[in-house]
Amino acid sequence: MNAPQAMMPLPPDAPMLTQVHGKRIGDVILDIKNISLRFGGVKALTDISFNVKEHEIRSIIGPNGAGKSSMLNCINGVYTPSEGSITFRGQTFAHMNSRQVAEMGVARTFQNLALFKGMSVLDNIMSGRNLKIKSNLFMQALRIGPAEREEIRHREFVERIVDFLEIQAYRKTPVGQLPYGLQKRVDLGRALAMEPQVLLLDEPMAGMNVEEKQDMSRFILDVNDEFGTTIVLIEHDMGVVMDISDRVVVLDYGKKIGDGTPDEVRNNEDVIRAYLGTSH
Amino acid sequence: MATTFPRLLQKHASERPQDPALREKEYGIWQTWSWQRALADVRAMAGGLAALGFTPGQNLAIVGDNRPHLYLMFVAVQALRGVPVPMYQDAVAAEMAFVLQDAEVHFAFAENQEQVDKMLELRESVPGLTHIIYDDPRGMRNYTQPGLISIDELMALGKKHDEAHPQLFDESVALGQSDDVSVILYTSGTTGRPKGVCQTHASFIGSATGGVQTDGLNGKDNVLSYLPPAWVGDHLFSLAQWLVAGFTINCPESSETVNIDMREIGPTYYFAPPRVFEGMLTSVSIRMEDAARFKQWMHHKFMDVAKRVGSDILDGKPVGAGDRLMYGLGNLLVYGPLKNAMGLSRIRVAYTAGAAIGPDLFRFFRSIGVNLKQLYGQTETCAYVCIQKNGHVKLNSVGQAAPGIELKIADNGEVLVKGVSVLKEYYKRPDATAEVIDENGYFKTGDAGVLDHDGHLRIIDRAKDVGKMAGGAMFAPNYIENKLKFFPQIKEAVCFGHGKDKVTAFINIDFEAVGNWAERQGLPYAGYVDLAGKPEVLKMMAECVEKVNADLASEEGMEDTQIARFLVLHKELDPDDDELTRTRKVRRGFVADKYAVLIDALDAGRPEQYIETAVKFEDGRTGKVSANLKTLDAKIFPPVRSAA
Repeated sequence: MNAPQAMMPLPPDAPMLTQVHGKRIGDVILDIKNISLRFGGVKALTDISFNVKEHEIRSIIGPNGAGKSSMLNCINGVYTPSEGSITFRGQTFAHMNSRQVAEMGVARTFQNLALFKGMSVLDNIMSGRNLKIKSNLFMQALRIGPAEREEIRHREFVERIVDFLEIQAYRKTPVGQLPYGLQKRVDLGRALAMEPQVLLLDEPMAGMNVEEKQDMSRFILDVNDEFGTTIVLIEHDMGVVMDISDRVVVLDYGKKIGDGTPDEVRNNEDVIRAYLGTSH
Repeated sequence: MATTFPRLLQKHASERPQDPALREKEYGIWQTWSWQRALADVRAMAGGLAALGFTPGQNLAIVGDNRPHLYLMFVAVQALRGVPVPMYQDAVAAEMAFVLQDAEVHFAFAENQEQVDKMLELRESVPGLTHIIYDDPRGMRNYTQPGLISIDELMALGKKHDEAHPQLFDESVALGQSDDVSVILYTSGTTGRPKGVCQTHASFIGSATGGVQTDGLNGKDNVLSYLPPAWVGDHLFSLAQWLVAGFTINCPESSETVNIDMREIGPTYYFAPPRVFEGMLTSVSIRMEDAARFKQWMHHKFMDVAKRVGSDILDGKPVGAGDRLMYGLGNLLVYGPLKNAMGLSRIRVAYTAGAAIGPDLFRFFRSIGVNLKQLYGQTETCAYVCIQKNGHVKLNSVGQAAPGIELKIADNGEVLVKGVSVLKEYYKRPDATAEVIDENGYFKTGDAGVLDHDGHLRIIDRAKDVGKMAGGAMFAPNYIENKLKFFPQIKEAVCFGHGKDKVTAFINIDFEAVGNWAERQGLPYAGYVDLAGKPEVLKMMAECVEKVNADLASEEGMEDTQIARFLVLHKELDPDDDELTRTRKVRRGFVADKYAVLIDALDAGRPEQYIETAVKFEDGRTGKVSANLKTLDAKIFPPVRSAA
């Protein structure tokens, strides 16, 4: 064996993540109107309204139990809101399941990682391509018809994500063996594999050290910048949120108490009270 | 051989246009540059540089990891009769500023956003730096600074320029002389400011040719290029020998994937400083200790066979049929799989240089059939002074004088070198040049050494570091430190003894090896500082020091330099804190000043000393670590006179 592996160049029609030059914040892509969510007698969300514009980084912050993840789960179709409506690209929904949401181009990552621990990094990210693969199980198992060509095409796409997230050294490592920060990156990779228009990130930096947080912030900014992906972010770390967000929504006890640019939010009396308490 | 690097590239491109010249792994697949494409890219880059106003005699700074475009840029600059000046990619901006100013750099080639950011920051203090070319466009989308251009734009510009001036490239290459300066390599400088070492095409090509002939390298060989391109060793192996022998250089995907890429490529020719081999052996040892009992037994059994006869088989010496059979079986069951796991299966020749290599380490690789050899040289001699020849490998020597090199030992023990590889001059420093080249044309290496009766050179220490104990005995700190560093548990050591009546030492534990050991012992620890201060660890270090002392006691002239007291440092010596050079050599004077209070404690025999040290993190912020360090006495052995 003289030549290591195959040495073919990528075909010119290889799929690319769509690149958007420069950052231009566009029209409203996601509009949340008067959402309320109740679990029996517990009110998780009360009359929340805000919108997300195309290409922006929109953060949802708030103390523990403020309803941030519930809000994300409503957008994502995991919970059905008791009242209110969600408009995505002009279409209004009162009720949706998560598969429909995914097909419309909304991807998400999870606060408590939901990766396949025993599978390799490549396979995990490949699973994000699931919706895009057209050949059926039978064709894939026997590698007949378009199945093989399709797999090569999707593998190329996955390789671009691996390159983008700088995880080349771990392609074949089972995800369960990776440190937490890298697992978070794989989780992001799988969401990116869906080529989402809107990316929902649930505490992408929870439990990370300063360096890992910096890395993750850079990846989030790069995703937003290079592919123009709209990002909705839940995060605890105020420093990070204020640095990378275009606009911020603040929730407290299931109610919206602030909305605006990082500076506006930082100077909002209600927000200061919720976070720092107040003297009576 | 009167030629230049661009002409060598032209020769390969015309004689064997479709053979692989470079490979790089990208998107999980090895992409190949044929010699023809390599020349076309060099031509386009040179055209682009010319279009931007780069003129003969100018210097171009190159900074980044090993990438095909980076190596080709060297040749493109040489084709225009300019001089490439590589810089270490992990150097901080301030260190680069000096080089950029000293070399009057107007053009820089930076591999990626990180390096471009450094260049842009430097441009404020180095206004001459007008053009910055970058390779990887990742993250560069919103950079609009003037003078910033991507390699693709440069090559497109170059192709247009080439159409308008089709003769320019060939004419410029034809004008190049073999005694033109081909590269300026800045020495990291254990003391003082870095100096630019000017080497000519003739000296690097001559040095490369000597090495290529000694080992019979040819166009079918494969090399993994993963060492810093600013290091003379990488320049010799990945550029000079590449163009002389015409083999294929392979660039890893990223610095983290080197081990994986190495296994995939299976290089036939390999070069690494001792610490890389050390890392390989450490990882093998760690994995063996976690292996099943039967595997451990098999490993020990066959490693014994290898230790006994492996080196002899490699050297072609007569070995009994029974041992041969056992070795063959061992190769099938143990050595082969081991070599495969380390990516060394196809190695014909491997070299180590840059620091002393431990005898156990050296023997290990040779015994499993890896033809590991040593060579000796410095930046000023193209890393080409001595080279061990097949069948003439002596463990404690660095080999005989290489072809085209004359060796001499000065009265003070300093090694003097004359021949093909000696530098032309230090850039703009005639004073420094005069200091190192004597009236007969010998280069003073600054190393103290001994020539044995076969002409094998043994290096003892840096000539300037060799001191005298108060009692009059010769004190060679590196010699002692290397003995300490040969223990896998010890990462770094610094000895003090000049003008003193006793030798004292600082020791750095190897966090990985000692940490692993602690885990297996069930010894909990909270981090580096905590682990380094554990009584169990101190005891282990004391045992290492005693072994070194026993060793020194048996060597004539060394028995008085046994280590009397030592301590284990609370932080790792680090180039970011200026304690080591970028090539990881100890800055002795700096360390002595910084930790003067610790040396006092050792000399005065205080059992404990509190110290607080500032540390610099990778992102440039600073912090503090503090600890109460214990000093320990070591056992001193009476001198042992060998019977001989």
